[in-house]
Amino acid sequence: MSTAATTETKPAPAAIEKIKVKVDGREIEVPRLTADWSGKLTPTTMIQACELAQTEVPHYCWHPKLPVVGNCRMCLVEFGTPAMGPDRKPVMNPDGTPKIAKSPRPAISCATPISPGMEIYTKTPAVKQMREGVLESLLINHPLDCPICDQAGECKLQEYSVDYGQSASRFVEAKVHKPKAVDLGPRILLDAERCILCTRCIRFTRDIAGDDALGIINRGSYNTIATFPGLPFDNNYTLNTVDICPVGALTSKDFRFKMRVWFLKETKSVCTSCATGCNILVSSREEVVQRYTPRENDAVNGPWMCDAGRLNYKWIGREDRLKTVLVSGRKSSWTVALNEISDRLKKAPAGSVAMVASARQTNEELWLLSKLKAKLGATSDSIAREGQADNLLVSADKNPNTNGARLTGICFTEIGSNLPAIAGGIASGKIKTLIVFGEDVTKHGLGADLLGRLETLIVSDILPNETTKLAHYVLPGCAHAEKRGSFTSTKGRVQKFMKAVEPPGDARAEWEYLHDLVHHVTGQNGFVTIEGLFNQMAKEVPAFNGLTWAALGDAGVTVQI
Amino acid sequence: MAQEYKLILKHIDEPDYTRDIECYLRHGGYDSLKKALAFPARTLPDGKTQSPQEQLRQEVMTSGLRGRGGAGFSCGLKWSFVDRKSGKPVYLICNADESEPGTFKDRQIMHKDPHQLIEGMIISCYANDVKLAYIYIRGEMVDGAKILAQALKEARAKNFLGKNILGTGYDLEIHVHRGAGAYICGEETGLIESLEGKRPYPRIKPPYFPAVLGLWMCPTIVNNVETLCNVKHIVALGGAEFAKLGTPNNTGTRIVSLSGHVQNPGYYEIEVGKATLGELINDPQFGGGLRRGRKLKAIIPGGSSSKILKAGEKFKLKKKDSEGREILVETDMLDLPYDFDSLAQAGTMSGSSAIIVMDDSVDIVAALANLSEFYAHESCGQCTPCREGSLWMNKALHRLTHGEGRSQDADYLVKIADNIPGGRTICAFGEACSWPVQSFVAKFKDEFIAKGAADEARRAKEGAAPAETKKLAAAHH
Amino acid sequence: MSFTATKELEAEVDELITHYPVKRAASLMVLHAIQEKFGWISSEAVQWTAKKLELQPINVFEILTFYPMLRQQPMGKYQIKVCRTLSCALGGAYELHKHFCDKLGLDAHKHGAQTTKDGKFTVEFVECLASCGTAPVIMCNDAFYEDVSHEEADEILRGANAMVARHGFEP
Repeated sequence: MSTAATTETKPAPAAIEKIKVKVDGREIEVPRLTADWSGKLTPTTMIQACELAQTEVPHYCWHPKLPVVGNCRMCLVEFGTPAMGPDRKPVMNPDGTPKIAKSPRPAISCATPISPGMEIYTKTPAVKQMREGVLESLLINHPLDCPICDQAGECKLQEYSVDYGQSASRFVEAKVHKPKAVDLGPRILLDAERCILCTRCIRFTRDIAGDDALGIINRGSYNTIATFPGLPFDNNYTLNTVDICPVGALTSKDFRFKMRVWFLKETKSVCTSCATGCNILVSSREEVVQRYTPRENDAVNGPWMCDAGRLNYKWIGREDRLKTVLVSGRKSSWTVALNEISDRLKKAPAGSVAMVASARQTNEELWLLSKLKAKLGATSDSIAREGQADNLLVSADKNPNTNGARLTGICFTEIGSNLPAIAGGIASGKIKTLIVFGEDVTKHGLGADLLGRLETLIVSDILPNETTKLAHYVLPGCAHAEKRGSFTSTKGRVQKFMKAVEPPGDARAEWEYLHDLVHHVTGQNGFVTIEGLFNQMAKEVPAFNGLTWAALGDAGVTVQI
Repeated sequence: MAQEYKLILKHIDEPDYTRDIECYLRHGGYDSLKKALAFPARTLPDGKTQSPQEQLRQEVMTSGLRGRGGAGFSCGLKWSFVDRKSGKPVYLICNADESEPGTFKDRQIMHKDPHQLIEGMIISCYANDVKLAYIYIRGEMVDGAKILAQALKEARAKNFLGKNILGTGYDLEIHVHRGAGAYICGEETGLIESLEGKRPYPRIKPPYFPAVLGLWMCPTIVNNVETLCNVKHIVALGGAEFAKLGTPNNTGTRIVSLSGHVQNPGYYEIEVGKATLGELINDPQFGGGLRRGRKLKAIIPGGSSSKILKAGEKFKLKKKDSEGREILVETDMLDLPYDFDSLAQAGTMSGSSAIIVMDDSVDIVAALANLSEFYAHESCGQCTPCREGSLWMNKALHRLTHGEGRSQDADYLVKIADNIPGGRTICAFGEACSWPVQSFVAKFKDEFIAKGAADEARRAKEGAAPAETKKLAAAHH
Repeated sequence: MSFTATKELEAEVDELITHYPVKRAASLMVLHAIQEKFGWISSEAVQWTAKKLELQPINVFEILTFYPMLRQQPMGKYQIKVCRTLSCALGGAYELHKHFCDKLGLDAHKHGAQTTKDGKFTVEFVECLASCGTAPVIMCNDAFYEDVSHEEADEILRGANAMVARHGFEP
């Protein structure tokens, strides 16, 4: 079976008519229709045309994935349209160009559709003055507490102040005071004084998360974002509001006061908390992961991710991480352990080896395990991790790479169906060697009594558990943030992730030592780089045919599953 | 001499005129509705058929009726924008949220002649195929809401409303919907949001033009009380005959609300443009002049949002000479004909046709502070320039009227105000709150400067720190 | 108990809901109905309304906090609203407001609602009541008074006090 890999899951859209507009005197062709926040094709707006013209229009309330409200007024532009004569025909200039009738009033570029021949002016003195006016208005009642604000460094008020702000305020009146450090919910705090009332958070939770929990109370300059008293803002997507808050009004309790954002190193990665494979950025400093934030990928998660996935990073830095190679419970070295294991496996009779490899391991690791499996005639399986799904992003499959485990032949359509056979094999004495990658099998029908019967128990894991305690060989592996690799999502999207931090102690990326093991056991010399490994895998695994590591890009590629 | 012309107020305030339906019927009430319902379909010269509804809409277009709420937009044109091909229901809302300071005309109609409004509404609904309509009445008019509900009940009992109205097969229901104290609900899209049960945040246009995406995203007509009453008279008179009232492009009558420092404040119905501002203020049949011993200082000519006119101001008004050529005639503010176009030429507007007269006892700075408090209180706060600017201006004016002024405050105020209007905001409230500041300061700048300078001098004498070096507390709110 | 939905209220609200093709639109009218019966709108009343109209409580809370006529706490038995806006101010509204405040021991500098300690009276400035030709105007509860002199103001207070003396009231 060979399948052509595609970069998009959707069929190519029908050709959309293009129209010509001018942005600051430069003519460009833009599609007449563009997908709106919900994906529906609607007339292209000025701000979208400007984006295509690579002309930045400052904005606060507009967000491409949220309904348009036009309340911040920062994106006001001037514009003109071809003048029409009384005969409803365009009026021409003496030089034969169409005469443009400039609108006496500006328009918000976020909500105003373009029309053929329209001219958009984003750099006129009037536009600059309007932006200055909006910014001044936003700042008069703002606490200007940048030195202690978490948003500093990624704040739109700061950014636009550089372009449109004044060094001194002429405001001599008393500021409006509003609630500070309001506990909106278990993960979010609100500083209402910093809030510019753009309503992105309200729209997100109502229109995207489907939890109409936030609103604006009071009136006029006293308007304040709020929940209904006693009803906390607590759905599984609340932290996205911190991402989209253009200022420091909404802060994450988890990240608040932790770190200046400009000290953070950002690494492209993929969330491992379920099979959806939300694209993320792992932010780290000095080899410590500090936060996850979603990385936009319209084929997978858009700009969003769930709170559970976002906060599921602390285990990476846990003190009790497996940091040393253990042979029979004693500290050893990689060379010693891998040599011993290789020797044992080479001597193992066909059918005497079984393996349980987690669907949290990468495609490359699972593929290398499948090579061992083939050589040893081993029985293999993975372990299902089922949970609740939702309508937005969360998959019921809590393994990030179930499809990878299937496509590489480690498990079958029904994940875990081989486990009773493995248990039986150990019980009958047929299976004498068990290789476990990333699972505590004692919780899945291979109890301590069964494991005790094995001649050899080889375990690779990240954190200690009952299985690692019983292992003859403990190989300390890596969190995904500590290595490179790829996962295949529930929809068949093959996505790569990069290394953000160094692993602790002697821990090594599993694909590295698996490569060594495969080389020792099978004689097949693979590849010492992840690129080479992936490309070889893509040649051998039918579903991945045609893929290359480089071609996965940042957004991944969808394959037939 | 200019005279009242009572079309809408014809019976109101007559001693034996009551607001019940029997009295209304005795005075020819609902005859216009019967006439409208009896319009037959008509074949035009080009062979096309014109439905009764189309004919009614044509009559309104012919009448030249302009909206009586404030913007003065052509009613016929507004109706013509209604998207009738969407397949969605068309709604009509009567804007009875009368709340522009200075204005109290709709109150008279609703309280004293509610059936006139209801008849106008039924005809307008019929002309626009509306099956469900609302009267959005401001919350403070508690009695008004009860009176209208009662009148609707009476009309229903006589089958002017409800199913199969007068056997024509036409169904219509009208409900009263009360506001709860918000000026912004007078803005038609804010009103729609309010009616939908949301915060009355005006909608962005595009895309939410009520005629296409109005109430519940259906085509919607929002008309003022007086406008809808006029529709009844257009049907009674015929559009062409109605258009003879008033002056060209300013047809029909208007009820002028006159308040402030005149001898006889009150409401006066005139043919549009057939009386001047001066006549309305000074003539005995209208305002009757200023209080004894007082001189005119200024007029707010069209509700509090309109730009102020200073006594003695002169304008160049376009007029036609005897040979029909357009000429500019210097006109004193008191000689401005009270109509839409003349006041627009004078840089202001007739708005909701509410004239507030101020004599020379008025502290103009305090008057502006009063209005700015209104606008700061009423800004819905949805969009940035108005939300922040309206309160900023109010705080500055509060300072200026409480001994903490500065001589530069005149310019300061105008700079704040300049950031608000001209399409910078979602709705016209931006203009409404900034025009008074811009025009008051422009026309009475010396008084603003003098007030600030006096404060500075006093503070210097008292040894108080200058205003710039300390943040001045605004005591109110 | 700040709120218990009576059968009458249920019936009234059910009827109001029939006025609109979308339940949410009944919000304001339902809140008016509640306030008419209870004098103010409590948190329980907001939740009841939300449930009735198939909304989230925040949807109702958003509008409750927007409209000054809707009360979030109990007010005086007699609520005196003095129009403050220009025509009434020109006609003596500030003096009238001060008169009420002085008579009732309230602070005339405060524009917002103030209630007397005994809970009998609430005085507040409100914006234009649309009767500018008969300035100054006030409302006392639902009743509307025009051209109000200080003597008439006293009479209104006397009348209210007499009613309270005769019928008593629970603050």
